[in-house]
Amino acid sequence: MNIVWFWTLAVMLTAYAVLDGYDLGAGALHLCLARGNEERRIVLNAIGPVWNGNEVWLIAAGGMMVVSFPKVYASGFSGFYLALMVVLWLLILRGVSIEFRGQIDHDLWRAFWDAGFCVGSLLIALLLGVALGNVLRGLPITANGYFQGTFALLLNPYSILTGLLSLAILAWHGCNYLRVKTDGALLQKAQRWSARLWWAVVVLVVASTAATLLLGPGMGQNFRLYPLSLVFPLLTLIGLMGGFLCRRNHDRGAFRSSTAVIIGLLTSAAMTAFPNLLASTLDPSYNLTVYNASSSPHALLASFIANIVGMIGVIVYSTYVHRTFAGKVQLRDHGY
Amino acid sequence: MIEAVFADRIQFAFTVMFHYLFPILTMGLGFFIAVLSTMHLATGDQRYASAARFWARIFAINFALGVVTGIPLEFEFGTNWSRFSAFGGGVFGQTLPLEGVYAFFLESGFLGLFLFGEGRVPRVVHWLAGIGVSLGSLLSGYFIVATDAWMQHPVGYIADSAGRIHLKSFWAVLLNPYAGWQYAHTINGALLTAAFVIGGVGAFYLLLNRHQEFARLSVQTAVVAGLILSLTQLFPTGDMDSHNVVQYQPTKLATMEGLFETAKGAPLAIIGMPDAQHGRLLDPVLVPDFLSFLAYGDFHATVSGLNTYPQNLWPPVELTYYAYHIMVGLGTIFIAIMLLGMFLLWRRRLFQSRWYLWILMLALPFPYIANEAGWVVAEVGRQPWLIYGLLKTAQGTSANVAVGETVFTTLGFAGVYLMLGLLFLLLVGRVIHQGPQEETV
Ligand code: HDD
Ligand code: HEM
Ligand code: HEM
Repeated sequence: MNIVWFWTLAVMLTAYAVLDGYDLGAGALHLCLARGNEERRIVLNAIGPVWNGNEVWLIAAGGMMVVSFPKVYASGFSGFYLALMVVLWLLILRGVSIEFRGQIDHDLWRAFWDAGFCVGSLLIALLLGVALGNVLRGLPITANGYFQGTFALLLNPYSILTGLLSLAILAWHGCNYLRVKTDGALLQKAQRWSARLWWAVVVLVVASTAATLLLGPGMGQNFRLYPLSLVFPLLTLIGLMGGFLCRRNHDRGAFRSSTAVIIGLLTSAAMTAFPNLLASTLDPSYNLTVYNASSSPHALLASFIANIVGMIGVIVYSTYVHRTFAGKVQLRDHGY
Repeated sequence: MIEAVFADRIQFAFTVMFHYLFPILTMGLGFFIAVLSTMHLATGDQRYASAARFWARIFAINFALGVVTGIPLEFEFGTNWSRFSAFGGGVFGQTLPLEGVYAFFLESGFLGLFLFGEGRVPRVVHWLAGIGVSLGSLLSGYFIVATDAWMQHPVGYIADSAGRIHLKSFWAVLLNPYAGWQYAHTINGALLTAAFVIGGVGAFYLLLNRHQEFARLSVQTAVVAGLILSLTQLFPTGDMDSHNVVQYQPTKLATMEGLFETAKGAPLAIIGMPDAQHGRLLDPVLVPDFLSFLAYGDFHATVSGLNTYPQNLWPPVELTYYAYHIMVGLGTIFIAIMLLGMFLLWRRRLFQSRWYLWILMLALPFPYIANEAGWVVAEVGRQPWLIYGLLKTAQGTSANVAVGETVFTTLGFAGVYLMLGLLFLLLVGRVIHQGPQEETV
């Protein structure tokens, strides 16, 4: 059950990255990509009906972590205290920007919220990567299971690299999403940006993979133990190749490729970390693992059943919403 | 120097009370929107459709703020209350993610469909989406209240020799006896608030002679629904919620009633100012024996006062006491306002009585105050316990977060929320200024 929960959380977070990833990425590119009110409204309407549902994956994953690995939730969240508070303020800024931009018909009002949306999305995309980098690298967790994370500690070269990687991938992913959802001039711009971002992604994927392997001898170990898990990095590779082939046309293919890259990278990261959830840099015996940080077996089982039933409903339902709003965006009176 | 636990409590109290301003209306108004769109589907009358659309615009602004202010709370369990999460997460966490999984998906997903889907999906689907939004918000309210109820009255767990607790029964946590009436009372309060908002906006239009038809419909709905709801707020829901307190939290009961001395045939204090230092109530107006009756249905029953408990187990007396009296006092006033409105409606003078419309319009903020006061009773009255009888509040904080960090982020939240509050008022004010659109398309 502990292992099942580990992978459930990994799947939840991956789903979050794939889904909210495209609207974060679209937001990060918003200012450069979309010019003029018309184009910006198209971008907002492309994500308008779905962004909130996408963000719920993060909230649900957080809630699930409380119940399955309470000690990890406690240690990680209090340790990353200030960083998380900044993320919260950014999430607030971003959510409000999306919803409030269209409420008042005034150029300065819109310009302000466009900037808020862009800056918020960009920094969130970056910080998610920084956080993941720190988790992989390990944190100074002490014997009582806690650590105090200052910015000086969290912003190290490795995590900045993963942060940039996350930003590049999500921007690419968001761009590919816009390729699917738009046409005309905006589509052409999105295609051009997508081709450029592909290069950034490749460089950063290579660099951070190398950096991860250099972190310590243990890093690739799980892949040697379970050779089957090599499908995860393989998926990344396929996605990257697909992205190259689809960089001019085949917009849907491009979107599928970036999806594959994200899934491949995050599952590889999970595989690298397993069975640690938070590794200690002080002493491996302080690591918070799927075994020593979990709640009791009964709690794990009960919450798993309760949540899975709900998740199936959720998947059915979000597919329906995505279907309903499928196709190119048409601007209409009500909307963003 | 500020104590860490104090800084954490101030931050949580501030952020949760701000958050709660929004779900009140989402849960309450969602229900009325669902009713309106059902009426539209049943009768085909366009007035209902345009009223539903008007309230949905206010709902959407409100919902956005509810979402963005709700996320920090879930984070705070980990950031500021990490020892609490580590201690109880496996048990109280059962209800928390369910909220995300079942309710918020329903709600935020259907909301997109409801706001943007009109004309794109069949009418029945659009109507179902409206119902889904309402059910979703009511359901998320339940999971949250059940989480809170577990902190008021922990059930369904076993403790091991090391003092750790483990889940014993999922259903016991979900169906906590404390949660039922607490939920009913909370939702009733939300519906009542929505009735006052609808009535207040309607009265505003009538006083200005604008949107007459919409305004009459609103004021009439508000008075009829408001009378029923203000009565059920007191009885049975408020009364039964008090019985929870009587049964499970005697210190809270004594504090909120200002009962310092144990008494047989305890009096009910209508007015009075507690003096906790000397353990007495100043200038009281008392109804003899009535508290015993309310608590146990017997005028001569014994009610234990605060003197029965060591002082270090007392909740903050003044705050709990006043919050309770503000809530109940306002509840009584609400009943009076709505009775008056009903009387005028019956005499067919409701829409002409400008003085009454002024009252209805100005009453709008008060249900909010009553709701917040109620939560202060529930939460401050639970002190010094974080999980009643199991974990003290001071033991639940994050030891690895410095006081200065909490103070800094509290100030940050204060600034961000001040802006959000102003924006909210600006935007809702605009919607109200524009008014319901008469049929265009
Ligand atoms: C419109 C709002 C409103 C009004 C008029 C009232 N209440 Fe209330 N009350 C609430 C809104 C509320 C609430 C916000 O919904 C609370 C906070 C926590 C909870 O469970 O419900 C609450 C809590 C609350 C509690 C504390 C429960 C606990 O500690 O767990 C009691 C004993 C009562 N109420 C009783 C009453 C009585 C006897 C009222 C008589 C008129 C009354 N309330 C009016
Ligand atoms: C929205 C309605 C709510 C309001 C207005 C509210 C209000 C408050 C207030 C005023 C405090 C500070 C009490 C004190 O320190 O003296 C507090 C504390 C707290 N509440 Fe609530 N509360 C609400 C709902 C909830 C719910 C649903 C939960 C659980 C899921 C919860 C969990 C807590 C926790 C963990 C604390 C901090 C520890 C403490 O001080 O007891 N609250 N709340
Ligand atoms: C400590 C207590 C609380 C926590 C941790 C909490 C958590 C959250 C979170 C994370 C969201 C955003 C979810 C989304 O993205 O859709 C939210 C919104 C919401 N919350 Fe809370 N909440 C608390 C108190 C309450 C209370 C007491 C109620 C009502 C009884 C409530 C009802 C709602 C509702 C109905 C929403 C949907 C959005 C809205 O209505 O504005 N919450 N809450």
